[in-house]
Amino acid sequence: MPLNIRTYHDLSEPDRSGLLDQVLEQRRRVAARMESVGRVVAVMSGKGGVGKSFVTARLARALQRSGRPAGVLDADLNGPTAARLLETPSTPLAIRGDAVIPATGVEGVRVLSMAHLLDDGRPLAFHGPEADRFVWRGAMEAAALREFLADVAWGSLDRLLVDLPPGLGRFEELADLLPAPPAVLTVTIPTPESADAVRRALRAAVERGATALGVVENMVGGQFRGSAGESLAAEFGIPLLARVPFDPPDALWSALAGHV
Amino acid sequence: MKFLCVECDKQMAFEERALPGDGTLAASFRCPQCGRVVAMLTNPYETQLVASLGVKIGGRTISEQPLETVRGAVATGRADAFDEGAGDAGRAAGAFPSWSPEAQERLARVPGFVRGMVKRIYAEYARDRGIAEITPDLMDTARSELGLEGM
Repeated sequence: MPLNIRTYHDLSEPDRSGLLDQVLEQRRRVAARMESVGRVVAVMSGKGGVGKSFVTARLARALQRSGRPAGVLDADLNGPTAARLLETPSTPLAIRGDAVIPATGVEGVRVLSMAHLLDDGRPLAFHGPEADRFVWRGAMEAAALREFLADVAWGSLDRLLVDLPPGLGRFEELADLLPAPPAVLTVTIPTPESADAVRRALRAAVERGATALGVVENMVGGQFRGSAGESLAAEFGIPLLARVPFDPPDALWSALAGHV
Repeated sequence: MKFLCVECDKQMAFEERALPGDGTLAASFRCPQCGRVVAMLTNPYETQLVASLGVKIGGRTISEQPLETVRGAVATGRADAFDEGAGDAGRAAGAFPSWSPEAQERLARVPGFVRGMVKRIYAEYARDRGIAEITPDLMDTARSELGLEGM
C-alpha cells in the first residue's frame, strides 16, 4: 500500500533542532557584522597568478592612506598570502567576547587570513574521514569563509576587500553568504589566455547579480603581450580602472582607490 | 530533516544525541503519541557534513564560539593562534567551575589550536547546570550532549 505522507513543510510542530533556523541565524550574524562595512568588494579573476592578492593589498593600503578604513579578508584558504603582503605581526589573534580581533597590517589595514591560523609551512587540513575527503572539504571551506565574515570584529570599515582564489567557487559562496552579492573588481594580465579565463568568471559574477566596478590590468609592460584589460572592459561595458606596470607608483593605487 | 511516525501521523520529537564512536552521530526521536523511539545514525561523511554546516542536531544549548567550526575542524592549526584573553581564560580555569586533576590532564591533551575554545565550552556547560567541578565524565557527557564531534 503506498504511503500517504505529508510534505516537510506540512509538519509544523515545534522542532527542537530547528536546523533551518540555525542556518538563518548564521546568515543574520554575517549580515549584522557587515552592517558596519560600507561596501564589500570581491577581488577576483578566475585565473591564478595574475596578482589579485598584490592588487588587493596595495589597494587596501591606498584606501587606508586616504582616510578610508579598509580590511582584507583572505578568502584564498589554501594559498593565503595577505598576512605576508600586509606584514601583519605573528602574534596570536585576540578573542574578545563573540569575535576574533583581526590582525593589523601595514598602514593599519585590518586583516584575517588562514595564514594566521595555520602552522608555518603546513597545508590547510581538516579532521574527518580519511577517504573521499572531496565529499565534505568544500563544505568545510565554505564554513570557514562564513566564520571569517561573521566571527571577526571587523569594526567600522569603508571597504572590506575579499581576496578570492582562482576559480568561481569561492565567489559563489561569498555571494550566498552576504545579504547581497558583493561588488567585483576584476584583475587580469594582458594576455588573451587570461582574458578567456577572466571573461567566464566576470560573466558568472554579473549573472549572479554582482556590480562589476571595473578591470585592473596587471603586469603591464613586461613579457606579457595583449590587451585583455581593454577588451574585457569594452565587452562588459565597464571601465578599465588601471593598467599596473611592474613596480607601480603609489599614485596609481590612490587613483584606483577612488574608483572602489 | 524531520521524522514522522507514519502510524500516528505525528512529527517525532528530538530526544537525545550521542557520539557512540567510529565517527557516528546518533540522534533519537520519539513519537509524542505512541512513544515509539527511532534513532538516526549518520556515517562519518554525513557527520562531517553536519559539522561543516555549523548546526547542532537537537538545537544549540550553549552560545556559538567565534570561529567555532574552523577551530574544531582544522587539523593543522597553530597551537598559539589565539589569545583567549585573561578574563575568559581566568573564568575557564578559575574557581567556578573548578577542574579536577584528571580533567586538567585530559584538557592538556587537546591540541592548543582548539584548547581555549574547548575550555570555554565545558566551563559554560558546567556553569549553566550549576556543576562545581569539571571531571572527565562530565566532559564525556557534555561532548555527547553538545555534539562536539572531534573535541
